[in-house]
Amino acid sequence: MNSELAIILIACLTSVACAIPGVFLVLRKMALISDAISHSILPGIVIGFFITEDLASPWLILLAAFSGIITVVLVEAIQKTGLVKEDTAIGLVFPALFSIGVLLIAIYANDIHLDTDAVLVGRLEYAAFDKLMIDGVSYGAKSLWTISAVLLLTIILLFAFYKELKLSTFDIGLSSALGFSPVIMHYGLMSVASVTTVVSFDAVGAILVVALMIAPAAAAYLLTTDLKKMILLSVLFGILSALGGYYFAAWLDASISGSITTVLGLIFLLVYLFAPSKGLIAVLFKQKRQRIEVSLLTFLLHLNNHDSKEERRVAHLQEHINWGKVRAQTVLELAEKNNMILIQNQVVSLTQKGLDFTEKALDYIITNKDEKIEDMKDDFFLFRG
Amino acid sequence: MELIDFFTDYTLRTITLGTAVLGAICGMLGSFAVLRKQSLLGDAISHAALPGIALAFLFTGLKDSNVLLLGALVSGFIGTVWIRGIVTKTHLKTDTALGLILSLFFGFGELVLSYLKKQPDANQAGLDKYLFGQAATLVESDVLVMIIVTGISLVVMLLFWKEFKLLLFDKNYAMTLGFNTRFIDGLISFFIVLAIVIGLQTVGVVLMSAMLLAPAAAARQWTNSLGMMVILAAVFGAFSGVFGTAISASYNNLSTGPVIVLVAAVFVVISFVFSPGRGILFKQIRLIRNRRDLELKKTLYFMYGIVEKHQDITRPHSIRILNGFQGFTKGTLSKLADKNWITIQGQDWALTEEGFETAENLYNNNIPES
Repeated sequence: MNSELAIILIACLTSVACAIPGVFLVLRKMALISDAISHSILPGIVIGFFITEDLASPWLILLAAFSGIITVVLVEAIQKTGLVKEDTAIGLVFPALFSIGVLLIAIYANDIHLDTDAVLVGRLEYAAFDKLMIDGVSYGAKSLWTISAVLLLTIILLFAFYKELKLSTFDIGLSSALGFSPVIMHYGLMSVASVTTVVSFDAVGAILVVALMIAPAAAAYLLTTDLKKMILLSVLFGILSALGGYYFAAWLDASISGSITTVLGLIFLLVYLFAPSKGLIAVLFKQKRQRIEVSLLTFLLHLNNHDSKEERRVAHLQEHINWGKVRAQTVLELAEKNNMILIQNQVVSLTQKGLDFTEKALDYIITNKDEKIEDMKDDFFLFRG
Repeated sequence: MELIDFFTDYTLRTITLGTAVLGAICGMLGSFAVLRKQSLLGDAISHAALPGIALAFLFTGLKDSNVLLLGALVSGFIGTVWIRGIVTKTHLKTDTALGLILSLFFGFGELVLSYLKKQPDANQAGLDKYLFGQAATLVESDVLVMIIVTGISLVVMLLFWKEFKLLLFDKNYAMTLGFNTRFIDGLISFFIVLAIVIGLQTVGVVLMSAMLLAPAAAARQWTNSLGMMVILAAVFGAFSGVFGTAISASYNNLSTGPVIVLVAAVFVVISFVFSPGRGILFKQIRLIRNRRDLELKKTLYFMYGIVEKHQDITRPHSIRILNGFQGFTKGTLSKLADKNWITIQGQDWALTEEGFETAENLYNNNIPES
């Protein structure tokens, strides 16, 4: 296998392996735990390296994953003392552990390939050249083997515990009432996230692991609320960014992991702006629409309350409701276009349709009963929520 | 290294002063971040500042730290605004937004840095120092910038003290009073970003958040007053800077940033354990003391049950009749005697008037009349 293909494969497999636990971290509002773990496994890796003297030894992976779990336990322990809030607890634990790791490297291991820069951003470029050698025979890149194994394990666990994971993510009370232990699910997920982080860490670095876990899941969450679709979309985004990132980096002759993150950022930006119902543009449009409709409703109710012609003159209305000219004009036009009002000789009056509508709206406002608005949902954006 | 070096050695004096000022401003502004439950905002912003540094160098070609930090300020602020946009306009939660901005911005910054490294003519060496910080590169003008920024934020903080305080503890109330909460909110965020940016050169992107959090979290344990907390946090921060610099200067190969962070972490641990009001140690002691007190009172109440039936409450009883009761030992009896609730004569005990009254009223306070 040539090294280019190996790098692409490692990038793709890593992004898929990260995307799956990432979905659950985002849904459980624990996204920042991945940040904490990715930093605080460093002392585990360094100590493991001192013991085994081999950067790809399985013991090292276990030790590092274990220090990831310790992070979670420490954060929870600090939180339980009630002295600080959860986010502060996270913010206190991982920089301290990370500092210990950095200092250990500085003091004892300055010459190994574990330099502190590589810790943060990884060296995907070199991952393909670190071959797995058994009895002098090369079996391809080491990272490829480890990440494949972890991905396989993640997928098996996902299929085996899908129902339990889903339930404990969305309804912790129900899941513990049904006898699934949320604690086991929590630590199970943390272990998977921790192991995935460790294995991806050597190839892609601490920060890209966080990006690979959170960004695909966040983008997917803006597009769907169906868990299965969300997982599939995250995996898709992960693979897309891995491929896009690789070729972008090759063209620019720059860091592959930085480039993958950048592509991920672009994907997220696009989804953030253009997602059909939850994207920024859709949301802003909806908010604007709702503002106009609230104005329209106020306007119609105002008309309903005032019978005298003098009160219903167009010029007077602008004064009376105290809207700016432009806004009053928009509302007036909207109402006229919908046949809700009639303007004759600068005097506004409600049509039958407008009258009916106002009555219904009043009914809804007074009784606050949902069935009153069922008909309005077709005409009115506002009532669609 | 001798103590006198701090005053005579130019570099060491500059660095020590720089880290002390940095620690002070971080502690000061970090207090607001911690109380606003925005502890991890600092982490996100400091990572988000990296592309600003890289791009500032890419476009200007200058390695002047003020130019680079201006870039950091801009991209840090864009990151903050985007985080707010994600949280307010979508259903993604704060933690996701923070994690996103943190990792995406940092990755992009790394991309630009790696691109710069490949450029043949660019003299980009040294940009890396912003990752972990290099206090050794501080010069007097940098420290001067720090002092000026600290002065400005101190003045602004004093001017808007009341508003800041109100916003921290009751945002809705501040709004109903007609304060422009958005402006004050933005002002606090701006100064937090500013503090982070000036710390980048010294402590680095990765550890900056701890600089902001740790002194404030430690200070919070010692006081319930905001003013006191800000002052204490500034002091803790300054000491972390000074001690950290001293320790890293005494050994070779120790980068200053991580050492400062670990010193700050020691302050946190000490505060968590030993603070009189909230600390774990005193809380535990209080718990034990309360439990002992409860035991004593249980014994007293048991005695009260025996004595109650008699006319003469101070008539002595034999100690033996307490044998069935779990709560009593020789120690508890003598403690009860110390409190003047009972008297002990040889093998007998007797309630005093005071002990009888105490026992009688023991549970009355808590039992509602029905």
